[in-house]
Amino acid sequence: MIKLFYSCAEATRLISDAMDRSLPVGGRIKLRAHLFICRFCDRYRRQLQFLRAAVRWDISRLVEPQTDPSGLSPEAKERLRRRLSAHSE
Amino acid sequence: MPGRPRPSEAYVEPRRLSDPQTWADQHGDYLFRCAMLRVRDRELAEEVVQDTFLAALQARGRYAGQSSERSWLVGIMKHKIVDQFRKTCREQPVDDPDALGREMDNDGTFDEGGHWKLDQTAPLDWPDNPAGILERKQFWDILKHCLGELPPKMAQVFSLREVDELSTEEICEAMQISSANLWVLLHRARKHLRQCLEAKQFGRSPA
Repeated sequence: MIKLFYSCAEATRLISDAMDRSLPVGGRIKLRAHLFICRFCDRYRRQLQFLRAAVRWDISRLVEPQTDPSGLSPEAKERLRRRLSAHSE
Repeated sequence: MPGRPRPSEAYVEPRRLSDPQTWADQHGDYLFRCAMLRVRDRELAEEVVQDTFLAALQARGRYAGQSSERSWLVGIMKHKIVDQFRKTCREQPVDDPDALGREMDNDGTFDEGGHWKLDQTAPLDWPDNPAGILERKQFWDILKHCLGELPPKMAQVFSLREVDELSTEEICEAMQISSANLWVLLHRARKHLRQCLEAKQFGRSPA
């Protein structure tokens, strides 16, 4: 039997896939139909897009010292300085 | 004087690179944190930073001053990270990506019929004004925490795809995985991050 509708489990997988590849026409139509009747999957789709927009918007927010206090060890920094001066001569 | 820009406004001094001797202090920590986000290993991240600086040193003459010194370095680092993945993948083959996230797939998000569980896993209506959310430091702390929960390979492909905006072909090539595996990994990464954000940021108490 050909299934007419996707389950939410299938739909979530395809929502993600559609962000990386173009779906075959049949899949695209079935996904659209699913999103039309399922507000949860529609939210899911918008939230994944928000997530993408967030990390692409300003990734530096993820590596700010306030968020991430980690850094190079003093020894590593010293090594870098030495290598840079060795190579820049 | 016609044709000559007034120094106070029109004329902008072309940007120059600073002395490479100061790079480690100026940009070392920042680049290191960026690298850690992708490779998740201190030693590898230090190596990436070092490779980046050395490549930058060689490419110094080609710096056109169109971007800041830091974004120029970050651009170089992207290539170094991909190189790093290529190297590590050759040395140690990728674990079975299916096994990496299997437990995440059977995490009880859906019922037997494959549908959301109402009042448990069904996505909430997140408040509007995403821009407002992005301004808050708390959001980034949570996102960072959620990223940290992903298995390393999953976090790596997510960063390469969503942060560095590499194409799926480039990622498959660098990580030596099939596109089918990549799509599964990305799906699981996004699903987990969404759930984690919802639980921590948008207030669904854990089921």
